[in-house]
Amino acid sequence: MIPIIQRELSKKGWISEEELPDIVALSQSAPGVMAVNISIFAGYRLRGVAGSIAATLGSITPSFLIILAIAMFFSAFRDNPWVEKAFKGIRPVVISLIAVPMINMAKKACTSWWKWLLAVLSMILVAFLNVSPIYILLVVLVLGFSLSYCKERWKL
Amino acid sequence: MGAFTIGGGYAMLSLLQTEVVVSHQWISESAFTDIVAISQMTPGPIGINAATYVGYSVLYDATGLHWLGILGSGAATLALVLPSFIIVLAIVKFYTKFRSSTLFEGTMGWLRPTVVGLIGAAAVILVVRTSWSGGGPEFTIVRENFSGWKSWCLLGGAFVASYWGKVHPILIIIAAALLGLILY
Repeated sequence: MIPIIQRELSKKGWISEEELPDIVALSQSAPGVMAVNISIFAGYRLRGVAGSIAATLGSITPSFLIILAIAMFFSAFRDNPWVEKAFKGIRPVVISLIAVPMINMAKKACTSWWKWLLAVLSMILVAFLNVSPIYILLVVLVLGFSLSYCKERWKL
Repeated sequence: MGAFTIGGGYAMLSLLQTEVVVSHQWISESAFTDIVAISQMTPGPIGINAATYVGYSVLYDATGLHWLGILGSGAATLALVLPSFIIVLAIVKFYTKFRSSTLFEGTMGWLRPTVVGLIGAAAVILVVRTSWSGGGPEFTIVRENFSGWKSWCLLGGAFVASYWGKVHPILIIIAAALLGLILY
């Protein structure tokens, strides 16, 4: 998806080649979905806040319409025995398809032992102790920000 | 539907899941699994796809009205995009400051492993249900998703195909659907 967006943006002359890597890197590390983030950045650079709103709507509308059509269609067929059989096969596979990107992310994100601990700890809290992920994210956000701030401030 | 989003893509699944399956119980684990599968097959970001779908089915299943379902899917999608939209817009405004900020990178260094853990939890919740009603924890396998040994074989096979075989998720889902038709 990224190469397509990159090509379109530079072909139209909207974003310069030098600016692109920065925007892509920022979109990757900013919260939210990456493709949408790029649209927000690009839209803002071109037309300010209004531009970013237009770009966001433009990037989510097509998949929104497609999934809405599928949802409407599928709720009519859910009880069909053939559909039920197919989904009996699909359901276990979904867990693997969540686990694989997670492992790939972990290899990049967990660069030290305490990062592994953080990952395992938050998994246990959410999966077995039913803690809401929002609280965990908020606590880690405040903790990580304060510690990084202290580190930068006093050059630790 | 609430403003429940920090963290991207697959991380949204975890937030969505705890809200609609665990705490509000608007939809069942198996229905949520189906939604994740469909979202993986549909073009577009998986987190947003799942939210759109959940928004539709929660209101449609409750009322049987299509227009309410469409309204629900619109609300869910907006609720998911809006918070990150505001955050990203704020970042763009101070974009030059953030560019090489060790503060930003340092904070993200904490958030990324956490998000990995949350995604792991999303996968675990689809396999095991934990109940704390009887004093200690009680673990049960989610039967709707794992009816027998065939399910575990499918899970293992898909993992091998996706992790080592680098087979595209859509192909794996199609193969699993065909196998489901044959096996059950």
